[in-house]
Amino acid sequence: MKTVTLLLALLLQPAFGFAQLYVTRTAQISFFSKTSMENIEAVNNEATSILNLETGEIGFAVLVKSFRFDRALMEEHFNENYLESTKFPKATFHGKITELSKFNIKKDGSYPVTVEGDLTMHGIKRHVVSQGEVIILKGIISATALFPIKLADYKIEIPSLVAGKIAEIIEIKINSKYEPKS
Amino acid sequence: MRCFPQLLLASLLLSLPAWSQDDMMKMLEEESEKNRKPDYAAATFKTTRIINGHSIENVAAGVLDLRISHRFGFISSGPSELWGLDQATMRIGLDYGLTKRWMIGVGRSTYQKQYDAFTKYKLLRQSSGVRNIPVSISATGSIMYKTINYSDPTRINFLESNLFYSGQLLIARKFSEGFSLQIMPTIIHYNLVEGTTDPNDIYAIGAGGRIKLSRRISLNAEYYYQLPNYKLPGTYNSFAIGFDIETGGHVFQLNFTNSTGMTERSFISETTGDFFKGDIRFGFTISRVFTIVKPRTQSTTNPVHWR
Repeated sequence: MKTVTLLLALLLQPAFGFAQLYVTRTAQISFFSKTSMENIEAVNNEATSILNLETGEIGFAVLVKSFRFDRALMEEHFNENYLESTKFPKATFHGKITELSKFNIKKDGSYPVTVEGDLTMHGIKRHVVSQGEVIILKGIISATALFPIKLADYKIEIPSLVAGKIAEIIEIKINSKYEPKS
Repeated sequence: MRCFPQLLLASLLLSLPAWSQDDMMKMLEEESEKNRKPDYAAATFKTTRIINGHSIENVAAGVLDLRISHRFGFISSGPSELWGLDQATMRIGLDYGLTKRWMIGVGRSTYQKQYDAFTKYKLLRQSSGVRNIPVSISATGSIMYKTINYSDPTRINFLESNLFYSGQLLIARKFSEGFSLQIMPTIIHYNLVEGTTDPNDIYAIGAGGRIKLSRRISLNAEYYYQLPNYKLPGTYNSFAIGFDIETGGHVFQLNFTNSTGMTERSFISETTGDFFKGDIRFGFTISRVFTIVKPRTQSTTNPVHWR
């Protein structure tokens, strides 16, 4: 009898752990290029993200086409010439929050975290590390992160003619608010 | 408790991370699938004109496009005319995007001192994915008014007799990243024609296409076939071949064509040179866009202040 109870308890254990998935399809990803000649900003409000609170795994997927710019022509050039969104329609990130043990879903607060993982865009996968913040407010989890990327790392070429207008290092900002996955 | 080691093993196996990296990517894929919208074909052509005539493209809402076009004399006129460069005819035009689908434009040409205005509306957008539409379709209409007087001084220049109209359907498909094709059924109406047997309505079918040579350069060609019984005497079908070169906010269109005019009635129905017998002109268009009204900025739920 004892054995059966033990067996049952052990069987149930992973099942309980699995329930810690959080998801959003309206995560916001924006980027910013700042030069003395021009500031360029684009926003995408349609990113999908999944957060696994049990393992600390975090993933993002975004359609490159849904970045919105102030200028229509910039948006066209971004898709046609720089990110080549027909060839590489998606950008993804898959990584891990390292200080997972620090926060407690039941306790409101903001926790600085480090996220580490692989960012894939323009067909190139690179390891990135970002500082971020996880905010827990009344059981709702939001996450923000801000990190720089170097365009050359992703083979995004800037023609010399516009070199002064596009920064070599672009800041990427992430802002997402999760709901428990049903 | 003889079975303890086995139980321990079972427990270890079961409590291994419930999912791997592949699971995460698969789940992301599933979730983003729910977000999916129709994938509209973008940039079927680089600008709103293939060469002389309209392409399926519109200027974006709130954007003003200043277009300056030149067509020169026949290259065959030789060095004394600097291969045609001595005889320039031009059109200066302003186009504006009212909405995502609707644009308007005005222009003035040196050819017969002509004013023109047009409107272009996108009826259907080529899309794939959630909704599958094989082609984009636009309708354009234009009105042209020549202000040059008749050579016969005894003739009264009625306003009506100097007006021309054109209507076109543009049916385009972007077959691949590098190849787009467009068909343009066209009607041109003359209020007044020269000869008594000349038709007042000209019917033509145009075909145009582009091949992308690099990310910023494409090769375009355009041909308008006039139906034999509905064309003005002594005119030839318009043909043009050229390059679109994109440099930031500008697009340069360099071309070779047999047509002088740059409005529908002047190049489709009044081309007097035969391209294939060497009546070829060099020409170019410079397009520069200005953003007049910026699209509504998207709400940033939690703005981070940039350095």
